[in-house]
Amino acid sequence: MVIETPNCIDARDLTFAYAKGPPVLDIPRLTIRSGERVFLYGPSGSGKTTLLGLIAGVLNPPPGALSVLGHDIGGLSSAARDRFRASHIGYVFQMFNLIPYLNVRDNIALPVRINAERKKRLTSGLNEAIASAASDLGIEHLLDEQVTRLSVGQQQRVAAARAILGAPELIIADEPTSSLDANRRHAFLELLFANVAEAGSTLLFVSHDLGLADQFDRSLSLPELNRAGE
Amino acid sequence: MLLLHLARKSLTNRLLTTSLTALSIAFSVALLVGVENVRTGMRESFSNTVSGTDLVVGSRGGTIQLMLYAVFGMGSPVANISHDTWKTWDEHPAVSWTIPYALGDSHRGFRVIGTNDSFYEHYKYRGGQLIALAEGRPAKTVFDVVLGSQVAERLGYELGERISVTHGMSAVGFMNHDEMPFEVVGVLEQTFTPVDRAIYVTLEGVTAIHMGWESGGPPMPGDEVSAEDVLAMDEVPVSQITSFFLGAESRAYTLQLQRDISTTEDEPLTAVIPGLALSEMWRGIGYAEDGLLVISGFVVLVGLLGMLVSIYTSLDARRREMAILRALGAGPRRIVSLLVLEAGALSAFGALLGVLFVYAGLAALQPWLEGQFGLQVPIQALDGVQLMYIGAVIVLGFVAGLVPAIKAYRTALHDGLSVRV
Repeated sequence: MVIETPNCIDARDLTFAYAKGPPVLDIPRLTIRSGERVFLYGPSGSGKTTLLGLIAGVLNPPPGALSVLGHDIGGLSSAARDRFRASHIGYVFQMFNLIPYLNVRDNIALPVRINAERKKRLTSGLNEAIASAASDLGIEHLLDEQVTRLSVGQQQRVAAARAILGAPELIIADEPTSSLDANRRHAFLELLFANVAEAGSTLLFVSHDLGLADQFDRSLSLPELNRAGE
Repeated sequence: MLLLHLARKSLTNRLLTTSLTALSIAFSVALLVGVENVRTGMRESFSNTVSGTDLVVGSRGGTIQLMLYAVFGMGSPVANISHDTWKTWDEHPAVSWTIPYALGDSHRGFRVIGTNDSFYEHYKYRGGQLIALAEGRPAKTVFDVVLGSQVAERLGYELGERISVTHGMSAVGFMNHDEMPFEVVGVLEQTFTPVDRAIYVTLEGVTAIHMGWESGGPPMPGDEVSAEDVLAMDEVPVSQITSFFLGAESRAYTLQLQRDISTTEDEPLTAVIPGLALSEMWRGIGYAEDGLLVISGFVVLVGLLGMLVSIYTSLDARRREMAILRALGAGPRRIVSLLVLEAGALSAFGALLGVLFVYAGLAALQPWLEGQFGLQVPIQALDGVQLMYIGAVIVLGFVAGLVPAIKAYRTALHDGLSVRV
């Protein structure tokens, strides 16, 4: 079901509870316009990762409550959510989540190789696209390294390159800067913004570090949005 | 192609666990295929205990009993055959040759067999190999003795050694024929058949042992026959044998001869076609090989369980990896395929390695197996049954991968992403 909306993310009365537990999320209304750079903050345990999981289709929201890029996430089958996520969403995980036995190049290429739609969106060949993303993020000299040999900052940039390759409409970053020092954090954000701007993607950036908020178009406080736990 | 790439990378990344798993499968497969080979070898060795002989003839009795005492040197004959009856058949126009056996005596637990030159010319085993002398010459005169290879080895006799022969089969008879000075004149080559465990003398030699014993007990004083007395005789009269092997002029006569011998009116006789009797006997004792097969089947099962366990445990470590793949958009089919592919590739590789082990092991151990156990294990291409076993192992490997794969997919998303490193 495709809902006609200019919003990239549109949630109405979105509630979610893990099996048998109390509701973790209860959001009456949340909209994020396409192309927006949004900073979402909240203390640990406020449900940030859960909300991201719902938006990315890692978790299963109730039908009709959450629309992402016009798709009703709750109405999709689990395999369709996997496909949707791979085609449209670039996800930078809190723990980077690189595959340890693949080298940098293979890790960056993974979502594009898994998903044909994402591959179609490449404007050049796969290798050139990887090289260009890598050079944007300053890791072009590391492409043939094993990811386990990289520093934390380098791993973070590999994860970012993987998320932006094939210009997905929505890029979600879950506390990607938590293991970086202040200087690197700033540099990483600049790289991320440049790439998002170039691809015209929407960026949803989650952190508990309010100091980053002023670099975004808009900040959202999850505890204010979320009625659960009140 | 992505799947193959991922499977290969992931397997080589966990090289130690991977190779241990493959190795355990390889050993199970090697055992299964090896046992099958040994089974064939055992059957072949057994049915080739004696070959080239068309009939084995003894006094009227059970065929198995006849085979046991005439071929395997176990148990004893019920009655003897007269020398004249044997001669009649020996000279029969359809008969090419016969080997007479006179049984009943022993030397230190080994059977003494009285026979003649025909034994050295016609006795065949293992697909038509003639027995041969390792050293010395065949027994010609009345006190000549030829030893089976195992007898020579166990007792440590050399050419020229003088021995005595016991009447009856006990190892230490009180009725030792000590007065008879037999002399070792030859030693047979190893045959890995019961031939190795017997002592061969002439028919006259067996007769000589019994001279003076006609009453059934030791000779009375004054009736003793000394070696000199025997040697002084022009001819030692042979009156009885216990059985004989027979080669027909043509295979075509075998059945007719068997019928004629079994129904002869002169003396009650039984004639057996050794090949048939041997396979009949193998069917009787062959359940041992089924036991072997069952055991190796269980070994394969354990090997596969081991693989299942190792895939299952590695899954725990790979939960996050599976979650990443799913988060990046790999659907259930891909995740399951990846794990099943890994398991299948492992078991296929293990099976291949196992077959290599078998051939390498056979090449290395074949002479030893033959030397130690008389077991001829053939090195040959895999037969249908073995290919079926190997196919089953590989298929089971894929199936074994399916179980953890489905579990992996189920758990991949909700807990994988929150795993901390």
